[in-house]
Amino acid sequence: MLKACGLGSTDELFAHLPSEARLQRPLNLEPGKSEYEIVDYFRARGGETALGYASFLGAGVYQHYRPVLVDTVVSRGEFLTSYTPYQAEISQGTLTTIFEFQTMVCQLTGMEVANASMYDGSTAVPEAAMMAVRITGRHKVLAARNVHPEYREVLATYCQHQGMPIEEFAFDPETGAIDLKDLDAKLSQETACVILQSPNFFGIVENVKAAADIAHKHGALLVMVFTEAVSLGLLEPPREADIVAGELQSFAISPSYGGPYAGIIATREKFIRQIPGRLVGETKDANGNRAFCLTLSTREQHIRREKATSNICTNQALIALMATVFMSVYGKEGLRELATQNLSKAHYLSNGLSRRFSGKFFNEFVIDAPASLNTELLKHNIIGGLELKRFYPELDNAILVCATEMSKREHMDTFKQVAAQVTEPALATGGRA
Amino acid sequence: MIKKTREHLTQNEGLLFEISSPGKKAYQLPDLDVPSVDPAEALGAGAVRGEIEGFPEVSEVETIRHFTRLSTWNYAIDLGMYPLGSCTMKYNPRINEVVARTEGLAWAHPYQPEALSQGAMEVCAVLESALCEITGMDAITLQPAAGAHGEMTGIMLMRQYLQAQGNPRKRILIPDSAHGTNPATAAMVGYEVLNIKSNSLGLVDLADLESIVDEDVAGIMITNPNTVGVFEENIAKVAAILHAKGGQVYMDGANMNALVGIARPGDFGIDVMHLNLHKTFSTPHGGGGPGAGPVAVRAHLEPHLPAPRLKRISDAWSWDYDRPGSIGRVRAFYGNFGVLIRALAYIMAHGREGLKQATTDAVLNANYIRKALEPYFDLPYKSPCMHEVVFSDSRQQKKGVRTGDMAKRLIDYGFHPYTVSFPLIVPGALMIEPTETEGKRELDLFIDALINIAREVDDDAQIVLKAPHLTRTPRVDEVTAARKPIVRWKPEATASKAAD
Repeated sequence: MLKACGLGSTDELFAHLPSEARLQRPLNLEPGKSEYEIVDYFRARGGETALGYASFLGAGVYQHYRPVLVDTVVSRGEFLTSYTPYQAEISQGTLTTIFEFQTMVCQLTGMEVANASMYDGSTAVPEAAMMAVRITGRHKVLAARNVHPEYREVLATYCQHQGMPIEEFAFDPETGAIDLKDLDAKLSQETACVILQSPNFFGIVENVKAAADIAHKHGALLVMVFTEAVSLGLLEPPREADIVAGELQSFAISPSYGGPYAGIIATREKFIRQIPGRLVGETKDANGNRAFCLTLSTREQHIRREKATSNICTNQALIALMATVFMSVYGKEGLRELATQNLSKAHYLSNGLSRRFSGKFFNEFVIDAPASLNTELLKHNIIGGLELKRFYPELDNAILVCATEMSKREHMDTFKQVAAQVTEPALATGGRA
Repeated sequence: MIKKTREHLTQNEGLLFEISSPGKKAYQLPDLDVPSVDPAEALGAGAVRGEIEGFPEVSEVETIRHFTRLSTWNYAIDLGMYPLGSCTMKYNPRINEVVARTEGLAWAHPYQPEALSQGAMEVCAVLESALCEITGMDAITLQPAAGAHGEMTGIMLMRQYLQAQGNPRKRILIPDSAHGTNPATAAMVGYEVLNIKSNSLGLVDLADLESIVDEDVAGIMITNPNTVGVFEENIAKVAAILHAKGGQVYMDGANMNALVGIARPGDFGIDVMHLNLHKTFSTPHGGGGPGAGPVAVRAHLEPHLPAPRLKRISDAWSWDYDRPGSIGRVRAFYGNFGVLIRALAYIMAHGREGLKQATTDAVLNANYIRKALEPYFDLPYKSPCMHEVVFSDSRQQKKGVRTGDMAKRLIDYGFHPYTVSFPLIVPGALMIEPTETEGKRELDLFIDALINIAREVDDDAQIVLKAPHLTRTPRVDEVTAARKPIVRWKPEATASKAAD
C-alpha cells in the first residue's frame, strides 16, 4: 500500500507536518494489554466499589431490574455499531425503534410529540427552558427549589450567557410539595416557563394541574420534569404541562456511576418546530411502503448553524433503545405492576420511620435522621440514603431514601431497626410521624 | 460489477403497537414480599392513571423477533466499511462492552460513599491522565456527554477565563470548513459568529486572520486536521496571532484520530479542545449515541473546569466541589462513565505503540484511497491529506449526477455512503474516511465500487440516479416527512379521525 501511494515509509505520511508540531518521543503510556489483563483490571476496579451492598439511594438514579432481553437486543452489532440513521435506506431498523420510542414516550407522558432523546434528564431541562423562551418570546425562568439540585445547577450553567435569568420558588416545608402561593407571586409577564419536578426531588407527587393553571394564567409555559420514569406507570400523566423533560434511567439503564443515560423532551404538536435534537418521522418509500427518516432537520445545527434550536448533535440512540426494549418487555400491564411494587416497597419501608414531609410519595421519601444513620447502616453492608444538607442547608438531619422492586424486605427491616436505634434520642426532641 | 453483495430475504415486521394483543406479556416480577399497597389510597384516586393507551402487549419471543428483524434492516460496522468522513466509524472491540458491564462499576450509584466508589474514580483518574498525555494538555474534564456538549463546555471555559480578565469579548471566529455544531455552540454561549474563509489550500488564511483579530475576538474554533483532512500547517502561527491579542484557541478534536501518537495539540498552541471518545477512542455510535466529549485545557483554564474535580487526598480519591472559578456543571454527576470505561479499555488494549499504529494505518488508508480514486474524481484540495480525503462531484455533475446519488449507489455495492455535501467549502463533496479498521481487501472492494460507479455515471447515469436498487427500502420521501410530520404511531381509528 505504501508503494501504491508512492511512499517509502509510513513516516513519510507525516512529513508535511511542521517539525515543531511533531511529537518526537513515544507517548508516555503503558504497552498494549491482552484481553484477559483488561478484564482483570476492570474486575479489580469493580471490586473497589459497593459490590455486595444493599442500597436505598435514589435521588435521580434508581436501581431497577434490567430484563435480560435488553442487553440481548442492544448487543446486536446492527444496533451497536451503526451510525446515526441519516441514510434511511439502510437504517430502517434504528429509525423504526426510535419511532416506537417517540410513540411510547408520548403514551407515557400524555404529550403529543417527543424527540429521539437527549443526553440525559439534567441537560433536557435547560433545553426545555430554551425552547420555552423561543416559544413565548419571554426570557425569565422560574424553577422550583425541589427540582433535582444538580439539574438546577446544569440549568444555571446553560442559561448564564443566554440572557435567561433563573429565579427559584419555594417548597412548602410541611408537605414538601411546591408552594403554589410563592409560585403565583413570583410569576411575571417576563416569565417564559415554570419548571417543576414530579415526583419531586423529595419523592413527593406534585399537583401538576394546579401549577399549570397558575403558570398559564400568567402566560408562561409549564415544564414538567421527572427523574423516576417508573412512576409514570401509575401516576396521571402531566397532560396539563406544555413541555415534559425527563430522565429514562429507570428503564433498564444501569446506574453506571452517573451515565450514560437518556433524557427525553416531549411537548404539544404545535411546538414541534421548536423541539431540539433529532426527530424521526413516518413517510413512504419509492415503492409506496411505510418507511421512516430523520425529519425537520432544518431546526438542527448541521443545517442552521448558529441559528439552530440547539447545538445538540448526538442523541442517546442505544440507551433509548434499552428503554424501548424495557417498555415493550413490561408493556401495558407490567409497567403498572412494577410501579405498584415500587409503591408498596417504599410504603413498607416508610412505615415506622419518621417522615419529614407529609405529601404523598411514590418510591422515595425524606426521613428525619442524623447522618450517623448512614454510618451505622454501612456496618450492615447497607448504603442508606442521601443526606439532604449537601444540597439544602435548611434541611438538617434529613435523609432521602428510596425503595424499588429490588429492595428486599430483610434489608428494609434492618434499615428500620438501625434507624430506630439511631434516631431515638433525636426523636425525643420532637420528630414528625 | 458488484462484488460484495447479493440479495437475501428480510422479514417484514409491524410496529410494536400493531403486533400487540391484549394480555400478552414478556415480564415476570417476583411475588411481593411486603403487603401490596392500593395506589388510589397511597396517592389519591385523582393522581392514579388509567391504562396506558396503546402501550405494547407482546410476548417474549415476539419481543426478540421484533427487534431482531428490525436489526437486520440496518447497516453496521460489523457488516462492513463505513467510510463516513469526519464521523470516524471504526471497529468497536467487544471487550469494551464486557468490561463496561463489570458489576461493581455498572451498578455503582453516583451518590454512594466515596470510600465505596474508589474503583470507579480510579478509572476516571487513569483515563484523565492518559488523555492528557495523548493531547499534551494539562487538565481535563470528563463531564461533557458528547462532542457538541464538549464544545459548549470549552467555549464557556474561554468565556469565564476572559471574563476573569475583565472582558468576555464579543466574537468567535470559525472557519467556513467547520462542523455546524461550532457556530451553534458559539451562539449558545452568547457570542457572535464571524465566519472566516479558507484559502486555496483549504487552510486558514493567515493574512486574512491577522486583519480580523482584535480585542473583541474571544477566540477561534479550529478543527485540526481540518474537515478536508488537511493538517493546518500554520497552526502555531494561528495560535500566536490569537494569543498576541489576548484571544484563545479552541480545537475541535473531532479529527484527533489523525494525530494520536504523532502530534499533540498542547504542543502546537491549543488552549482548549474536546475529544469525541466515540470517534477516536472507538466507543460504539449505537445508531446515534451515547458519546462522550471530554474537554482538555492548558493550566490557565483549569480553575474554570466544571465541578466536581477528582482530587487525591491521603491515598484516596475524592470529588472536589469547592471550585469558585468553575463555569458550573454541564450535566448531572460525573459524565458518561460507561463510555469512559470503554475508551480506557481501548487505550489499554492498544498501548503506546498500538495507538500510534492506529493513527498511521488510518492515514495510510486514506492516502491509498486518494491515490486510487484521484483519476476518477476531482480533488479540489491537493494538500497532503491525513485520515480522510475529500473529492468533489464536479466531473459527474456534468452528467447530471450528484454526490448524493453516487452515495446511494454505493449502498448497492455493499457499503455505507461516505459523508455527503460536507464540508461546505467543497461543493458536492465526497468525504471519505476509512479509519484504521479496514484492511486492503475491503479498501480494494470500496475503491473498485467507486470506480465502477464513476463508469456507470458515464455509461448509464440512470442506474446511479435511481439507486439504491438492492435494499429492502428504496429511496424514501423525506420531503413529505418534513411537510406533514408524523412523529408517533396512533391507532387507526384515532389517526383517521385526526385526518378528518
